[in-house]
Amino acid sequence: MNGCESQHINRRSFLKRGTLGATGLLIGFYLPELRQAHAADSVRSNSAASGGRVTLNAWIHVSADDTVTIFIDKSEMGQSVLTGLAMIAADELECDWQKVRTEFAPADKVYFNPQFGAQGTGASTATRTSWEPLRKAGAAARMMLLRAAAQKWGVEPSECRAEKGAILHAPTGRRTSYGSVSQAAGKIPVPQEIPLKDPRDFRIIGKPTRRLDTPDKVNGRAEFGIDVRRENMLYAVVARCPVFGGKVASFDASKAKAIPGVKHVAQISSGVAVVADNSWTAMEGRRALDVKWDEGPNAAATSETIRKLFAERASRPGHIARKDGDPEAQIEHAARKIEAVYEVPFLAHATMEPQNCTADVTAQRCDVWAPTQNQTNAQKTAADITGLDPSKVFVHTTFLGGGFGRRFESDYVADAVEVSKAAGKPVKVTWSREDDIQHDFYRTASYAKFTAGLDADGWPTVWMNRIACPSIMGRFGPLKDNFDARSVEICDAVPYAIPNILVDYQLAEAGIPVGFWRSVGASQNGFFLESFIDELAAEGNKDPYELRRHLLRNAPRHLRVLETAAEKAGWGTPPPAGRFRGLAVVSSYFGYVAHVIEISVDRSKRSLNVHRVVCALDSRSPSTAGACSRAIFMIIRCCASRTCPSWTCTSFPANWHQPGPANSRCRRSLRRCATRSSRRRADAFAACRSGQKTWPDLFSRLRQAMPLAPKTLRNGVR
Amino acid sequence: MPIEFTLNGKPQRVNVAPNMPLLWFLRDTLGMTGTKFGCGMALCGACTVHINGEAVRSCVTPVSSVAGKQVVTIEGLSEDRSHPVQRAWIELDVPQCGYCQSGQIMSAAALLAKNPHPSDAEIDDAMRGNICRCGTYHRIRLAIQRAARLKYPQAKSAKARAGGAELLPTAQFAAQGGGK
Repeated sequence: MNGCESQHINRRSFLKRGTLGATGLLIGFYLPELRQAHAADSVRSNSAASGGRVTLNAWIHVSADDTVTIFIDKSEMGQSVLTGLAMIAADELECDWQKVRTEFAPADKVYFNPQFGAQGTGASTATRTSWEPLRKAGAAARMMLLRAAAQKWGVEPSECRAEKGAILHAPTGRRTSYGSVSQAAGKIPVPQEIPLKDPRDFRIIGKPTRRLDTPDKVNGRAEFGIDVRRENMLYAVVARCPVFGGKVASFDASKAKAIPGVKHVAQISSGVAVVADNSWTAMEGRRALDVKWDEGPNAAATSETIRKLFAERASRPGHIARKDGDPEAQIEHAARKIEAVYEVPFLAHATMEPQNCTADVTAQRCDVWAPTQNQTNAQKTAADITGLDPSKVFVHTTFLGGGFGRRFESDYVADAVEVSKAAGKPVKVTWSREDDIQHDFYRTASYAKFTAGLDADGWPTVWMNRIACPSIMGRFGPLKDNFDARSVEICDAVPYAIPNILVDYQLAEAGIPVGFWRSVGASQNGFFLESFIDELAAEGNKDPYELRRHLLRNAPRHLRVLETAAEKAGWGTPPPAGRFRGLAVVSSYFGYVAHVIEISVDRSKRSLNVHRVVCALDSRSPSTAGACSRAIFMIIRCCASRTCPSWTCTSFPANWHQPGPANSRCRRSLRRCATRSSRRRADAFAACRSGQKTWPDLFSRLRQAMPLAPKTLRNGVR
Repeated sequence: MPIEFTLNGKPQRVNVAPNMPLLWFLRDTLGMTGTKFGCGMALCGACTVHINGEAVRSCVTPVSSVAGKQVVTIEGLSEDRSHPVQRAWIELDVPQCGYCQSGQIMSAAALLAKNPHPSDAEIDDAMRGNICRCGTYHRIRLAIQRAARLKYPQAKSAKARAGGAELLPTAQFAAQGGGK
């Protein structure tokens, strides 16, 4: 998802907090409620219960038994952020990695993501925004422990150093563990100046590190939201109107209440909740409900009416997102005019774990256990419903069985809080898979209309593109000029050097809830753009690769990945009999990707078979701390060979991808590879690290090292 | 009328509605939440358990139908993550979000119990009913091959028998102290 529309305001508030941070207040933020909340709840804690835990700052806690607990303020939904963030803090803390435990942080302003002005995880921001605060938190805690030890020994702190969870005083050879000075460290003032390590001295960051959450994910111990259990808890499901925007007209609960185990039936804002002593009985109760729905204004809406609405909107000029040259006039002078319309449907997120939430509402406080990407909004939602102050709402984040932007919403939180309030007990609301698919905030359906002009030689001179679709950002406040930049992202940045370009947007609200979905606008707009340029190639009798190359002459990063992928795929050579190749190049979220895909068509089964995928990726961005490593290695594994080493790097220093001395550890580890071909890949990787080779060269070497087996690929894209 | 069966090696007496799916009995009545709810229609595999050694979707299995049978869940696969499939899963850091993994592991364990050295095609076939939204299929396949070798260290893998490349440098990589 991407929720940075209000970036300017958020950035201002971040700067304000950043100033506080510089004086140490941010790092030293003391959180009495936080500790209370955690004392009251040990269920979701990943750490073994350890006595005498001292809070050194909002992220770092050290126990007498030397256990270091790092609070993870981002949501773990498979992207390995739990391990990555712990690595960042632990490296500066100089603790013993084997003694590191993690806990998910409660909802608190100190954990706000500066990109959102709220505590939340999404838009590929987790590592980027945590990089500096977590390093400072680790370094500040280390300094406090070191000073405590120096005080104990009556020596100068400058004579001491921290190493692997202990403080050492070299002149006297004394050594004390973090745990034994943790109480004293808690009384040391938070340092004002917090110098950070030289990245060359990183011990954990940039090193292949096993995920901390794997052991609990292979024996069923990891606690997802749906697994939360509280004493005296009841289980609920909600019957929702099958039409968006509809509401309950009336309902008869007598048959539902007659089912043994059904405890309550209550109307809440999203529908009618059936509360029972287990989820299955609640589902049975819901089946027995008789609800009359007032289907509201969308009662007659169908896919066809929505399509017609989009087409009608797309026939009118919209808000101009980009205009180069004079496309309206030039289209009249074009030798040939080409028109095309592309449509994509609404898409559900379909997280593996259906939506759910557990809430315990009392007069004094409200506890919410949720697999949420948006702790601040979960807290606010519960506070609004209960009338409690947000400080009395305790959000306990669990593991997320997938997020993809769906869990940036808080509708499932509202369900649980309302039902718990009505039932007067802790309640877990579970959505069925059908609920989850039918009541999502979908990737928007979209309608893209293109008109292009070609000159007599078949080169494009005019590119006009109108997008008609619902707006995501419109949900959060009025849109200026009915314009949502998210809806046209990528389309407004069409990289092709065409002298006359017009991109405009027509808002078309369909009455279907829409929300952030992986890559947001790029998910459909990349498809539109790259499909139409192919049509222009066909119309102008040009090779789709050569046309793109020609038009990308001012877009070097696009061009580079395109050329790399085409070269490796053997573009220009005839594909094997019965196979066809296609290519596309897209930039999104600071990354540049080109793919060449080889397929065959099975006409009898009306299906496509993918035989080969070649991907070139340039993810270099000076602003990222490098959480992309896992994805890159995934791609290498998929594209190059399945015998590639299973890398699990979760974090790298900001410049890890730039040419520099090859990390000797990296080179050494790679050389341990078992087979000849994987050793060759290791050499290629090390050469890339050392700056002798660039990423495209790396891909080239990888490809040479292990020609792609079609079978592997077919499986790889399953 | 109570229903009796063996759960993770221990006798279990059940006094719930006989048509209650085993999944909800495990999760809500017993609090054994390692077995996951994904679809309720045997479409995703997240709820997979073993019944008399067979991988079965517990979400569509009435609790009455397991009377007298041996049921094993992810919690009962091993006491200490020592089952070869769990060891391989840890070695290769298979899970991402992890939600589907209990079901994946149970399906994989049932496969290996029947077929000690499955080929990639046999793995794909056996694991087809287990969906992973993160897309960990690639590592799952590797981990099953690895588990086969952990379980039967003397035997050669199907791949090696077929004269293919040696699989899984990761294992050596890990054994030599690579990573953490």
